[in-house]
Amino acid sequence: MNALSAIVIRDLRVALRAGGGAGIGVIFFLTLVVIVPFAVGPDMPLLTRIGPAILWIGALLASLLGLGRIFSSDHEDGSLDQLLLCSVPLELIAAAKGLAHWLATGLPLVIVTPLLGLMLGVEPTVLGTVALTLLAGTPGVTFLGLVAAALSAAMPRGGLLSAVLVLPMSIPLLIFGVVSTHAAIADGAMAAPFRFLIAISLFFLVLGPVAAAAALRHVRD
Amino acid sequence: MPLIDLANPHRFQRLAAVLIPLFGALAAALIGIGLVMGFRAPPDYQQGEMVKVMYIHVPFAWLSLAAYTLMAIAALGTIVWRHPLADVAGKAAAQVGAAFCFLCLVTGSLWGRPTWGTYWVWDPRLTSVLVLFLLYLGVLSLWRAFDDPNRAGRAAAILALVGFINVPIVKFSVDWWNSIHQPASVSRFGTPTIDPSMLYPLLISAAGFFALFAALHLAAMRNELLRRRARTLRILKAAEVEA
Repeated sequence: MNALSAIVIRDLRVALRAGGGAGIGVIFFLTLVVIVPFAVGPDMPLLTRIGPAILWIGALLASLLGLGRIFSSDHEDGSLDQLLLCSVPLELIAAAKGLAHWLATGLPLVIVTPLLGLMLGVEPTVLGTVALTLLAGTPGVTFLGLVAAALSAAMPRGGLLSAVLVLPMSIPLLIFGVVSTHAAIADGAMAAPFRFLIAISLFFLVLGPVAAAAALRHVRD
Repeated sequence: MPLIDLANPHRFQRLAAVLIPLFGALAAALIGIGLVMGFRAPPDYQQGEMVKVMYIHVPFAWLSLAAYTLMAIAALGTIVWRHPLADVAGKAAAQVGAAFCFLCLVTGSLWGRPTWGTYWVWDPRLTSVLVLFLLYLGVLSLWRAFDDPNRAGRAAAILALVGFINVPIVKFSVDWWNSIHQPASVSRFGTPTIDPSMLYPLLISAAGFFALFAALHLAAMRNELLRRRARTLRILKAAEVEA
């Protein structure tokens, strides 16, 4: 437990300090939301309607952006070899690194969502709902991304590849995230799709570290 | 012959040299019979002659799923049993499966234009096959991302297994999504109660395409083995020159 919390704290420190790049995801998210009105026009009713979807797509892309960093810098400086040698199961180490990555990059996205939602004209009552679905869904995206991050750890240009691998598999999270928001807007009954969202997210929370550990063991030299 | 005997590439090459023409001939015969029977079958009362697309489209759809399953089984072979030919089989399944998946989408699109009035609808089955195609492309790009085939094979195997676990979840979510969004205007046949005069040609044609898949898969495996041997020879040659 001590080792795992040490990994989480270390990764958080690395991410938050200079060169860590934790804030870039949020800036990317903001930029994405800003360019959407330029593409579809400053049509407030339209933006209100597609707002939750834009927020979800933006958060999804922003979470994919930093995936490469989870393992590749540890691979470069050799600390990944130390982690592989240590007595803590590699699956738990992968989960701890995923948690730290989500805290540094996923959680800030959830926190700024209500603000960005206001800019897209999303109803104030729905802002909380969108943020809640992202709170439930982004851990699933990050942990699914762990697999791609582990697969591309030893690759010099793994970034775009990670996104290509993860995006099709994250479709279930996107569907249930947006659908539960729309259900909340329509009649306030978001329970059913929201539970599916949580279930799929939890499933990826288990699958991700297991597959990522397998990838770290088998794929690296 | 037990599977482990095929670990020797020479034995596999000898077996493939026999099986590829065999499956090829079987495929030519069965597809020929199936298509001729299909063209003699009565036209559909609504779709007319366009229904003939079914005899190639449906086998492509079945084979894209079968190839993905084969790829996942081969991935187990790579990760669990470490069979030396498993990753070769997995790569060949990904290549041929992606091609069949693409053909399924193209023939479906060409079929949809006259019958549904559009090349594409976001129908659950179409969407799922499209996502399956994206998953195939992911596996293929992962294969291309490594220069060492052994590492690429293990990476692709892990991705194939994760993808295989995910396919039912994606399918379920797409169905759910569609039940909310599906516009009522698109005429879809549900589970078609298919007449025997169309069913038998379809089954014969499908058997033929499965034989074609087997032939192409074995040929792709053989090519991959030759490619790897050429690569090894090149590396040895380079080492010789250096020394």
